[in-house]
Amino acid sequence: MIGDVFAYLVFFAVIAGTYALVCLGLNLQWGATGLFNVGVAGFVAVGAYTSAILTSPPSADRLGGFAWPIGAGWLAAALVAGVVALGVGVATLRLRHDYLAIATFGVAVTIQLLALNLVPLTGGPFGIHSVPRPFTGVTASPLGRNVAYGVLVVSVVAAVYWALERLSASPWGRVLRGIREDEAAAAALGKSPAAFRLQAFALGAMVMGLAGAVYAHFIGFVAPEDFLSILTFQAWTMLVVGGSGNNRGAILGAVVVWALWSGSGAALTAVLPQALQARGAALQTVLIGVALAAVLLLRPRGLLGETTVVSRHARPEPRG
Amino acid sequence: MLGATIGLGAVGLTLTYSILGFANFAHGELITVGAYAALTLLWVVAALAGWGLGQWGPLSFGGPFVLLLAAAMALTAALALGLERALFRPLRRRGTMIGLVIASFGASLALRSLVAFAWGPEPWYFTREIAIAREVFPGVRVTADQLFVVALTMVLMAGLHTLLTRTTLGRAMRAMSENPALLAVTGIEPAAVARWTCAIGGALAAVAGLLIGLTVQVRPLLGFDLLLPLFAAVILGGVDSVYGALVGSLVVGVAEALAVPLIGAEYRAAVAFLVLIAVLVVRPTGLAGPRP
Repeated sequence: MIGDVFAYLVFFAVIAGTYALVCLGLNLQWGATGLFNVGVAGFVAVGAYTSAILTSPPSADRLGGFAWPIGAGWLAAALVAGVVALGVGVATLRLRHDYLAIATFGVAVTIQLLALNLVPLTGGPFGIHSVPRPFTGVTASPLGRNVAYGVLVVSVVAAVYWALERLSASPWGRVLRGIREDEAAAAALGKSPAAFRLQAFALGAMVMGLAGAVYAHFIGFVAPEDFLSILTFQAWTMLVVGGSGNNRGAILGAVVVWALWSGSGAALTAVLPQALQARGAALQTVLIGVALAAVLLLRPRGLLGETTVVSRHARPEPRG
Repeated sequence: MLGATIGLGAVGLTLTYSILGFANFAHGELITVGAYAALTLLWVVAALAGWGLGQWGPLSFGGPFVLLLAAAMALTAALALGLERALFRPLRRRGTMIGLVIASFGASLALRSLVAFAWGPEPWYFTREIAIAREVFPGVRVTADQLFVVALTMVLMAGLHTLLTRTTLGRAMRAMSENPALLAVTGIEPAAVARWTCAIGGALAAVAGLLIGLTVQVRPLLGFDLLLPLFAAVILGGVDSVYGALVGSLVVGVAEALAVPLIGAEYRAAVAFLVLIAVLVVRPTGLAGPRP
């Protein structure tokens, strides 16, 4: 019993860590720079599929399967997601803000279509099953493997968090916030808003791609229905609940919302009769949607709001 | 025909987009809800009064259809008003434009899930009748239903045109898209105009949903799958222009229809995306461009 709880906690931590990565990427795009990405699921999917195709063993019924080392797969996942983001960004970032939202929505839909229909590369609706899991050779028990993976994920989240904190405190991060608050003023200081936005957008997408790869190698397979728009919605809810503009808020939001999500899933499973189980998942989405709307209306800054940072060397002015 | 149904949705979307000033991702779900509302009413009416859809000449439906249409329009408009009242207006007051988009995205998912919860994931059909295609021009076969869809769209568009150009409400709506503060100065309540805009957008969405339901099928993803073509059409039309949205819809509809034999039906939605990206790269202001 205790063992079961522990095993579940490890599983919970790994998935929460994956979401935390997604949220950190989104926080760089939205929280720091004000870029509205509605295609989060698309970028996560790109990362997951890239790593899956590159690292899985060769297979007769589809292209790919290059059996690369897992680390290289993760790196490639981040890079490819970044390149896709660059492409979208170049087309839309100099335009009205909401065009980016619509274009990223299009990216997510298109990538979903490709994953579903480009059977020779992605395995179609059945996905790719032979994604290698790390630590398989090290420990025999699945629990030991999961624990090791959990430690790895937590360190990845910590590393990304540290890097993003450094970035956001750097002059580069200040320029991003400057552009978000007042584009004309930033441009007048000689900073090209379009270039900085593009960098932040691509970097955020790279973190999302990495999250996709982390997820794929934990579960061991990728399939198109893992990357529906519900994932985008979850990431946004997490960031808004946790407090956008705050990296710790992004992580906290990921943990809290994922706990609510899995908790409400378990509760619905327990409460609803067998016949309605399949529909219960839909009800779960409604609950989370209502929660998001409530937070937006009642506490727009989230659990941990953004803290005013001028520079690492200057103390923020007391509010009031 | 596809262009016509996209057109109804796109015009509603462009109305909220230009007048209320944000991209409403929940618009696709209004279409879905409109279709389901009509379908449910049909069941209720059929159970209580024993009416079917009837048949009018070559059409696969008859008189009760008009009633269904009116009822579905009213219900969906009411839903749009509810969303406006509960979600969009408080957020607009707080002045977070992007908060509105997130909220509409959330509302979209919640509504879609609610529909899937209430009616189940399986598709439904209004009628089991098989529409017979007739040859109107050599090589061009259309069903009477499809002609009806196009005709109804034209009538509605003509009505909307009259509304926007000849009535006080229409002038107020156009004024609001230009300058809400100035509109308020003239003594017209912007919130009231916003409500009317939502209601009209919702009603048009219901028509689109009902027409798609009638000619294809009704399923929870009906509106969501239409959302990308809708946005493509709206941006192609230049966001602020109702007529631009209509032309944009025709272009997107024709592009999708032409692309299907080339790249296969499974990539149909990607066509709208390509159109969208092409427009953004080549001519971001859309076909109609910014109005002087």
